Amino acid sequence: MKLDLRRIGLAVAAPVLAIGVALILATLILLVAGDPVVAVWQVLFKAPLPRQVVAIVNEATVLYLSAVAVAIGFKMNLFNIGVDGQYRVASFAAAVFAGANFLPGWLNIAVAIVISMITGALWALIAGALKVGRGVSEVISTIMLNYIATYLVAFFLKMAAVKVEGSNATSTAVLAEDSRVPGISVNWLLATNNKIYGLIFLAIAVGFIYWFVLNKTRFGFDLRATGQSETAAVASGINVKKMVLASMVISGAAAGLVGMPLLFGQDYAYGDTVQAGLGFAGISVALLGRNHPAGMAIAALLWGYLSQISNGLQISAGVSDKLVLIIQGIIVLSVVIAYEVVRRAGLRLEQRRVASELAAQASTKTEEVAV
Amino acid sequence: MTSAETTADLSTSTALAVELQGITKRFPGVVANKDIVLSVRRGTIHAIVGENGAGKSTLMKILYGVQAPDEGTISINGEPVVLKSPTEAIKAGIGMVFQHFMLADNLTVLENVALGAEKLYGIGDAARARIRQISRDYGLRVEPDDLVADLGVGDRQRIEILKVLYRGAKILILDEPTAVLVPQEVNELFDHLRELKSEGLTVIFISHKLDEVLSVADEITVIRRGTTVAAVDPKQVTARQLAELMVGSELPSPQTEESTVTDRLMLELQGVELGTTGQAKVLDGIDLKIHAGEILGIAGVEGNGQAELVELIMGMRRPSAGKVLLEGDDITAAGVRDIREAGVGYIPEDRHRHGLLLEAPLWENMILGHQTQAPNIKGPLIDAKAAKADTQRVVDEFDVRTPSILVTAGSLSGGNQQKLIIGREMSHAPRVLVAAHPTRGVDVGAQAAIWDLIKDARRNGMAVLLISADLEELVGLSDTIRVILRGRLSGEFDPDVVTREQLGAAMTGADSAEGTHNEA
Repeated sequence: MKLDLRRIGLAVAAPVLAIGVALILATLILLVAGDPVVAVWQVLFKAPLPRQVVAIVNEATVLYLSAVAVAIGFKMNLFNIGVDGQYRVASFAAAVFAGANFLPGWLNIAVAIVISMITGALWALIAGALKVGRGVSEVISTIMLNYIATYLVAFFLKMAAVKVEGSNATSTAVLAEDSRVPGISVNWLLATNNKIYGLIFLAIAVGFIYWFVLNKTRFGFDLRATGQSETAAVASGINVKKMVLASMVISGAAAGLVGMPLLFGQDYAYGDTVQAGLGFAGISVALLGRNHPAGMAIAALLWGYLSQISNGLQISAGVSDKLVLIIQGIIVLSVVIAYEVVRRAGLRLEQRRVASELAAQASTKTEEVAV
Repeated sequence: MTSAETTADLSTSTALAVELQGITKRFPGVVANKDIVLSVRRGTIHAIVGENGAGKSTLMKILYGVQAPDEGTISINGEPVVLKSPTEAIKAGIGMVFQHFMLADNLTVLENVALGAEKLYGIGDAARARIRQISRDYGLRVEPDDLVADLGVGDRQRIEILKVLYRGAKILILDEPTAVLVPQEVNELFDHLRELKSEGLTVIFISHKLDEVLSVADEITVIRRGTTVAAVDPKQVTARQLAELMVGSELPSPQTEESTVTDRLMLELQGVELGTTGQAKVLDGIDLKIHAGEILGIAGVEGNGQAELVELIMGMRRPSAGKVLLEGDDITAAGVRDIREAGVGYIPEDRHRHGLLLEAPLWENMILGHQTQAPNIKGPLIDAKAAKADTQRVVDEFDVRTPSILVTAGSLSGGNQQKLIIGREMSHAPRVLVAAHPTRGVDVGAQAAIWDLIKDARRNGMAVLLISADLEELVGLSDTIRVILRGRLSGEFDPDVVTREQLGAAMTGADSAEGTHNEA
């Protein structure tokens, strides 16, 4: 019990430390820029409006899915920077299929989601195969694949686009009414008619599956072992190449889900106005949440909060909302440093504790200990 | 104490260039260096010999400022110094020539030498002149405008030496400098070292090749198990005596019991080779047989193919020729997991790299390597409850000293980590146990316990391949001993009659004729 408290303490210490450092550094930046410090913090710490709360939860839902996709790679020491490209290719494929209305209602949605996962997985598999077959760093290949994804999707979007009267936006066919996932109304709780994405349940399910597979299955054990020590993994009989392919594919499949709440709950089509950069935000959220299913949920909410609340900065404080990007950047940087510091401190602490407990045991037994 | 070979006058040759007193360095769970005492006289070649893992490299890192000692003092030219970084070591006149060259192929010699030391002579003609001058002074034959990519290994080593001289080093540390050289190049290197010595420089030479050490060194310090055990005069010792000092003889001796060897052949290697065409083979023509209840000991100086032999049996490498048979079944092409499931237990040489997940709790480490075996799994799921119960049993039975099975493996001492690994491997009742240096880096108490465990395994009919650098251990435990040298196995030695001199000779190749004639 005592050990658990210490563990939790250490786990919480790092993000709190990082956020604290980020606030201090952001204040310094404001001072240097001659911006109104007090006004800015008043805006950023103001309780969000009811409609903002819904927006925060919705943004967090999408970010969480992206973070899980990134975390699957992180757990194996793979840096899947390509979630961004993977979810865009996947969303586009799903939007084209769902927009064509081959299937009725819910079936259409379910099959489209599966298609999205498969497309994301295949796109990620390219990077996995390059790494296993040719030793290409997944960092490089996924970044390149992000660019390819951008232009490939733009190219196909032009071909698949449906012309809408009185609009120059390019987009796929709009989903039929019965192929949309209804939002969840929260007007009984909050004074707003805005709805939470129905696919929030998908995010929760993905979080649970992530936790279960990683911690409870043999596959998860192999994956974590490979991430902790590739040499020990090889000696234990794990086929590391297979694991690289498997984790890239699963990460890509999870990335395929990122765009689903947007497609079925908000945009109802894939167009050139679709939100980009979610894959990169997912990296930040995964880092901040320490690849932990609950930690990433909290981090996703924090990220959503910061980006929603930043909208008021320009109006209320006369400061660019880009300030929030700076704060987010500093949080990520400091969190990476803080985790490493806390991790090392934790290991040292435990070594010392084990040594002292053994010494105590030995002296009570009044035995000679050869340690 | 005077050396007849130094041409420098007596007053400088007796002054100490480097003096270490009571150097101790601890890593979590391991003491890497303990009470190191070292005196190196100016203008001499001083060799430091010891087995790999004896603590030589830690000592050199301390001397080069890479690591700070926990205790003890370092004096350079009589002045006590604290070296916090290599930069400070270089300032104090210490230069290090690493075993693996640190040169950029696509740059010229001049660029490589000046890189990072631009402040000294710039990067132009002044630097070029300086390189030519050093090259002339010490006969190094280095041409500043040659492209490194065009040069051979011997040339590159001379560039590395020139690099440290260029930075003003008066004390040169060479880490296993002959490891990469062919015999002619070795002789040439030794001529250069003698040249450096005659110019008044001090050379510290790290090696485990005894004949080389004896031919070039003025003084020798022997390191064993992290501490300096002797300082000897090369003119008064033989290679055999030195080998004895290196492996030690005062440790508690494991006692052989009555033979339990059966005629059931468990592990057989037939004509196994490992290597790429055009290069010297890492393993060559390996034939060996181990029966149930037999311990086959492999002696040898590290780096003669032992690690590759183990990795090959475990399926981590594929032989380029030959077969590996496990009780008659061909496992040459099998994967690591298949081989482990088939009943081959593995105690790796480097438990931190190959045996444990240091940041995972003990019970997860019990699963490692046995992810597909009871009691760790229930279908595709990990059975944490059963695995934890099994871990507790191993901790109790094998006397792993830990406050809990939930602490990370990295927080245990080396001996307890090793007992956990042995307990883990024994728990799955292997038919064959591959044990590489099972008592390396563990304390004396744990060492005796580990020996007992290996003897139990033998009594229970396991076939054990024991690889060790500790002759005492090999003689005490093995039913048969063979020596590996440059990837080839010698004939069989009977541990009851073989002398450590005979083994030492076979290990160093100092007297290979005698070794093969002593086949049992």
